[in-house]
Amino acid sequence: MKMVMCREATRLMSKRLDSPLGIQEKMTLKFHLAMCGACKQCNKQFQLMHEAGRALESQATIPSSDTDDGTDDTP
Amino acid sequence: MVESLDSARDLDSPGERQRRLEAIRPRLLAFARLQLRDASEADDVVQEALITAFEKNADFAGRSGYETWVFGILKNKILDALRAQKRRGKWQPWDDDGVEAAVERQFQATGRWQNIARPRSWGDPEDTLTSERFWQVFDSCMIALPDNIARIFTMRELMGLSTRQICEEAGIKENNCWVILHRGRLLLRACLEKGWLAEADS
Ligand SMILES: [Zn+2]
Repeated sequence: MKMVMCREATRLMSKRLDSPLGIQEKMTLKFHLAMCGACKQCNKQFQLMHEAGRALESQATIPSSDTDDGTDDTP
Repeated sequence: MVESLDSARDLDSPGERQRRLEAIRPRLLAFARLQLRDASEADDVVQEALITAFEKNADFAGRSGYETWVFGILKNKILDALRAQKRRGKWQPWDDDGVEAAVERQFQATGRWQNIARPRSWGDPEDTLTSERFWQVFDSCMIALPDNIARIFTMRELMGLSTRQICEEAGIKENNCWVILHRGRLLLRACLEKGWLAEADS
């Protein structure tokens, strides 16, 4: 297996959000993440940013509740 | 009793439609601004989307929520506006040494994180994404991002286009797209972390 440094690991964790990784790439990333706390955090941050769009959209598309009773708004 | 908010009957009334559209307008505007990076263009696009939604009400089939349907209309209008921006030559060239340098500053020559740039925990993701303050930080970090990178990033992460679609729109290779997204994510995460944790610490 190829050992990579953090910069390369971030490239893989970014690419993974846009396109499936090859087996080799997956193993490389998994191995690095298991050993590197900073990259583990970075991976979480990339994933959160990846979800940001959907979060924005779901916040934007909640039916307006200002005129109903607001009793059934729990997500 | 919970009534279905999106039954077609509610929306038959123009007054009700108008109320629902007015209520969602600020959020549509915020979204369009992030994407188009131009307040007056965002205003126009949202206005057009609201008019289209109002006039084409019969097209709303009730399969999704009403607001989700309106949002879909907005996304199409944004895409049209982006294409128009591109035709007007508003999209800058892609290569940017300054960006590269800013990204590289996060790493040591060996490829390890610089100590000061090491990513830290942002806390519970759900709390983060529902925090109004996080979105304020997000907003200002998006503004700080270079135009060409922000455009690709938002097409991918806010509009949800695939990198293949983005390549076609932007006229770049997919590989290039991944490089830009990688840089964008690294720049954005650095900015978000600074803003988000700075205030949380104080
Ligand atoms: Zn690492």
